Amino acid sequence: MSTTRALPGELSASTSGSTLAQKLIARAAGEAHVNVGDVLTCQVDLAMFHDSSGPRRLKPMLAEIGAEIWDRNKVVLVLDHYVPARDADSEKIIRITRDVAKEWQLPHVIDSEGICHVVLPERGHLKPGYFCVGGDSHSPTGGAFGTYMFGIGATEMLGVVATGEIWVQVPQTLRMVWHGALQKGVCAKDMMLHMIGKFGMNGGNYQAIEFAGDTVRGLGMQERMTLSNMSAEMGAQVGLIAADNTTRDYLKSVGVADDVIEQSQYFETDDNADCQRFDFEASQLSPQVAAPHSPENTKAVAEYSHILPSVAYIGACTGAKLADLRAAAEVLKGRKVASGVQLMVAPASARDQAQATKEGVMQILIDAGASVLPNACGACAGYGGTFEEGATVISSTARNFQGRMGPASVQVYLASPATVAASALAGHIADVREVLA
Amino acid sequence: MTQDVLAFRKVWRVGANIDTDALAPGAYMKHGIEVIAAHCLEVHRTDFAAGVKPGDVLVAGPNFGIGSSREQAAGALKQLGIAAVIAPSYSGLFFRNAFNLGLLLLTCPEAESLQENETVQIDCEGTPQVKNAQGQMLTCHAVPSFLMDMVNADGLVNVLKQRMADKAHNKTH
Repeated sequence: MSTTRALPGELSASTSGSTLAQKLIARAAGEAHVNVGDVLTCQVDLAMFHDSSGPRRLKPMLAEIGAEIWDRNKVVLVLDHYVPARDADSEKIIRITRDVAKEWQLPHVIDSEGICHVVLPERGHLKPGYFCVGGDSHSPTGGAFGTYMFGIGATEMLGVVATGEIWVQVPQTLRMVWHGALQKGVCAKDMMLHMIGKFGMNGGNYQAIEFAGDTVRGLGMQERMTLSNMSAEMGAQVGLIAADNTTRDYLKSVGVADDVIEQSQYFETDDNADCQRFDFEASQLSPQVAAPHSPENTKAVAEYSHILPSVAYIGACTGAKLADLRAAAEVLKGRKVASGVQLMVAPASARDQAQATKEGVMQILIDAGASVLPNACGACAGYGGTFEEGATVISSTARNFQGRMGPASVQVYLASPATVAASALAGHIADVREVLA
Repeated sequence: MTQDVLAFRKVWRVGANIDTDALAPGAYMKHGIEVIAAHCLEVHRTDFAAGVKPGDVLVAGPNFGIGSSREQAAGALKQLGIAAVIAPSYSGLFFRNAFNLGLLLLTCPEAESLQENETVQIDCEGTPQVKNAQGQMLTCHAVPSFLMDMVNADGLVNVLKQRMADKAHNKTH
């Protein structure tokens, strides 16, 4: 494939410094420098797929084209969408997935232990400098580790597992620079809802977003993951954050060997790189809520205080990681949810849940009235009609499309886990800052 | 098979921000593409899946295909026989999926001037153009040749099949 064929609507080459995105692609393409708009073939360091997008679709297609997996050590399979089985059909999908995993002798299979985007880094699979693909739209989550990671469909995954390669067009970078400290109770999710409200669902135009500035530097890895995760809702290909000491500490904590951490590549955007820069003041940000049926319908929480949720849902890769569970517990400690509100918590991974149990976080949530659901995509995948006709839901998940989490009549408001917790307490959509004050 | 000219195509219209849950509803994702296709876009118009004829085109507003990576969103349209989608912009992930399945997407800034039931012609020779019922030509963004090849091969699976066959052939010679 030619290295200079530009897709429509792209800028011409620039001669200034390189962005983080350019450096990551250049490494994967084996080039010294790449220009925005170039179309290149990249070598894939890691391919992740799950029970829905993975084996059940890949196996028959691999047989059809007469190919085998290019490198099973570079493949991670996660069972998270159809577990635990709800019916005979999902049971069948799970069985096929497990059978194929055995047949292919996949060394990295994570079965019913959490959501792919959370367990992938938790098991030390993501390293700074990597170029990765995932068979799921929230794959940009990996960008929080200084990794170029994006989502692809099952047929394109077939191409990756058969060849170890994929084409990519070097994106422009939209650099979101955040300054200062967030107010108490305001989370990464609020930053992201605010940005999606400002730029729109497709405002990322399949380019790269990079999160930077002292606010982002001050966030822990799981809060950073929330930013990268919802880059998908902005229509970006990737949501990158340059790896730093916080990344190194995380990798060490999940058991990545010191020499591997040191040998990883820690790229940064050059000062003279060509990007579109947007500045944000963290201290000015209120908790944000996105009204039905789009994450871009975002306003400050006060605009929605008349909404009375019947369900408060803390779940998904976006909103039920350990950091999210802690944020909810801080709000709910020693309190009970309002009558008429059902609080549901689906911790994003078994390890996060175990740690939350150890810290007393799970007990606080249970004492407040939460029912605890399995470590899986659950209601967020929308594969089972989770919420009932006419339900009003406040949710820490990423998407509130009509019909996604139940019948078309279900109204889903998106917010941070802290705001979901505060709203469950109050019985109406509430400002977490008032609870924590 | 190459698709340089698609003549006399009937237009089905939908609005902006059509998401993948509308195209491939989650509740049917455990089923095969025939079942998913039967519910395609039903949240927006119940007459679509039952009424669409092979060769018809779907015309949409901006940001078509936002949301999930599920390629069944493009697969359902393919299954129903949609010859092309014409919209001012697409989700990037959906864009890749559609071409990987051999579904032609045309990026047309003036897409929304096309009307429900209008008959159009599409010319993909060079820069793609859509001729509306009044005979006016709407110019679309160029489709890179490697993506057009994918449409002509009816998807990436066939491209890979050829690639694997070539590789095996080269090994034995």
